[in-house]
Amino acid sequence: MDFSFSDEQGMLMDAARRLVTDQYGRDGARQRAATADGYSRATWSEFARLGLLALNVPEEHGGLDAGPIGTLAVCFVLGEALVVEPFLSSAVLATLAIARLGSPEQRLQWLPRLAAGEAIAVLAHEEGDGGPVATAVRTVAVADGGEWVLDGCKSVVYHAPAADLLLVTARIDAPTGAQTALFAVPPDAAGVALQPYVTVDGQRAADISLHQLRLPSSARMGAEVGADLQAVLDQGLAALCAETLGALERLMRMTLDYTRERVQFGVPIARFQALQHRMAEMATHLEFARSMTYLAASQCVAGEPAGRAAALSAAKVIVGQAARFVGQQAVQLHGGMGVADEYGVSHYFKRLLAAECRFGATAWHLTRYAGTL
Amino acid sequence: MDLNYSAADLQWRDEVRRFLDASLPADTRGRLLEGLPAGVEDIRRWQRTLYAHGWGAVAWPERFGGLGLSKVRQHLFELECATAGAPPQLPFGLKMLGPVLMQFGNPTQQQYFLPRILSGEHWWCQGYSEPGAGSDLASLKTRAVLDGEHYVVNGQKAWNTLGQHADWMFCLVRTDAAAKPQRGISFLLIDMRSPGISVRPTKLLDGTPEVNEIWFENVRVPVAQRVGEENQGWTYAKFLLEHERTSIAGVGVARRAMAHLRRVAAVHSQGGRAMIEDPLFRARVAQLDIELTALEITNLRMISQEASKTAPTPDASILKIRGSQIQQAISELLLETIGIRALPFAELPAQAPASPALPGPVHAAGLTANYLNLRKLSIFGGSNEIQKNIIAHMLLDS
Repeated sequence: MDFSFSDEQGMLMDAARRLVTDQYGRDGARQRAATADGYSRATWSEFARLGLLALNVPEEHGGLDAGPIGTLAVCFVLGEALVVEPFLSSAVLATLAIARLGSPEQRLQWLPRLAAGEAIAVLAHEEGDGGPVATAVRTVAVADGGEWVLDGCKSVVYHAPAADLLLVTARIDAPTGAQTALFAVPPDAAGVALQPYVTVDGQRAADISLHQLRLPSSARMGAEVGADLQAVLDQGLAALCAETLGALERLMRMTLDYTRERVQFGVPIARFQALQHRMAEMATHLEFARSMTYLAASQCVAGEPAGRAAALSAAKVIVGQAARFVGQQAVQLHGGMGVADEYGVSHYFKRLLAAECRFGATAWHLTRYAGTL
Repeated sequence: MDLNYSAADLQWRDEVRRFLDASLPADTRGRLLEGLPAGVEDIRRWQRTLYAHGWGAVAWPERFGGLGLSKVRQHLFELECATAGAPPQLPFGLKMLGPVLMQFGNPTQQQYFLPRILSGEHWWCQGYSEPGAGSDLASLKTRAVLDGEHYVVNGQKAWNTLGQHADWMFCLVRTDAAAKPQRGISFLLIDMRSPGISVRPTKLLDGTPEVNEIWFENVRVPVAQRVGEENQGWTYAKFLLEHERTSIAGVGVARRAMAHLRRVAAVHSQGGRAMIEDPLFRARVAQLDIELTALEITNLRMISQEASKTAPTPDASILKIRGSQIQQAISELLLETIGIRALPFAELPAQAPASPALPGPVHAAGLTANYLNLRKLSIFGGSNEIQKNIIAHMLLDS
């Protein structure tokens, strides 16, 4: 039983902290949100320079292969600063998917470019009516001659507008039953239509429709990908929990600082017991969220699939409920400053809202967990 | 980071399981797994059994007759015992006084008292709270005045748990009325058979005489039964509170209660189906089960990191608050499971062989008393409001 980070993981955290300190001022996330891309290409190059984009690249491709705990360490730091670069989308989800499922050619083609920050890839899987389950796919792929033809829709794919490569899941209805398949799709292929938008947390995403999208057989990654894809989705969920934990911790700190500084009735409002007890409750949620974030990452290292699903759902419920409570109370305790868009609290609040909804919202995970009882 | 138990830890767990299979009396086990409380004789017998096996105090250092177990293995021990249906070990001697004596007691006190705590020969109780000193413990008024080789103690203690069975009490008394409240307190060990002590059991809202009022009228206590220095008792009392952490969350007991809830919800029907099949009810059970997992991981994280801590943390307060809330919430859901069958009520006898004789399903007996009894969890040991004060002060002062 060990809850500490290794020296290597500590060094990764330090690297991420340096990057955040150098690249993100007080207002880094909001400045980026106001640009056309919604993130900074210069910062993305820094990610690459510090080696962070190689975090989930296997060692045989020159990567760090840092695993779920290393990813936790980095994502925690990125969450503290509300980093908006496509780290989770490209350097965690898509990189892991290619590393696990790509052919040797596909791995050689993409992993070095992803690690160098020369390309961005995203996993387009969820379709808006379920959680992060590998087999929950309605998009269909039909074999036609030597090609695959895809039809379907993908919902709220973060960072898709910036992507050089889409990794699209589809269902293949074989005589032996349905299979989940993964395809490498160029975003500009005929039959792919992106509807880009800004999300509530100021990031960029898109809905993607696939209409009679024709792909060569070489576009398919792996065969039946269900188990591997599930492992990738699980790591993505764990990484989202880590990001969220970072945001929660920073928001807690901001609230403590603010109530110590804000004077009303002649005293700092932190002296008022009603506020003290609220902050004690926030801290309690935060500590539960920390424990379950560690559990989620740890399950991705070693858990067997059934237990892992229950543990990840438990983690998402606790982290999601902490995000709700700590976010709302941070706004409340900041008073007018909490609801002002120009002050940072509202940005944390909206990022936490997004975290609650992504990778299966709280109610979905609670229901899945209840099914395992 | 690795949240799995080591192979050696799991080996220990298996050893505990084998011991419980072989040694935990079936009547006790059945009673506790049904959600009924342990009787006084269950508690005495179990301590003797553990002692005979060399496990009277697994957490104590080996030089005092313990096993010197790591915190994680202590956790496993308590988890396995609780979920198997073992009675609690009384905390007063083992977890409260024992560590204080090891740290601050003199060799004579250590050699006399520690082995008798271990064997269960001495039942200890705690003399802290008074009618006017609950959360504000330092305002206690029970006086001890030096008279030759004795202190003469006068005053009243309240909310004393299970003291009617006790052989000894560790007691906070005021030895300097002029000093600041925390400075004038001493820590005395008092023989409960001393002349001048009277004990009046008080029923809690479930009807059990679990607490007592205790009066001291010119009770003579040898100076040799003072622990440490005069007027330093508050230091020892705080040490005591800070060292009772491993089990403050009550994870094992909560796990046993959760298993009980799931069994009762699987057999008790309302509206023609078992309660556990009702999606809304099931979601509420799921929510609690998830919170219990979060409590357990948090408990393990905090005890694992205790050794490397450089400053005080609010950990124990967080565990106390959430542990008590979760246990109380399980007891509430148990009541809701049985609906109107919660109303036939009988006070539980102190040492019953089985459930009280009431009409209705056997599994319904005792659930109401349990719900009533557990209201105490958020009050004793520093109410949850006091715990929130502690957390806030640590957060804001750091």
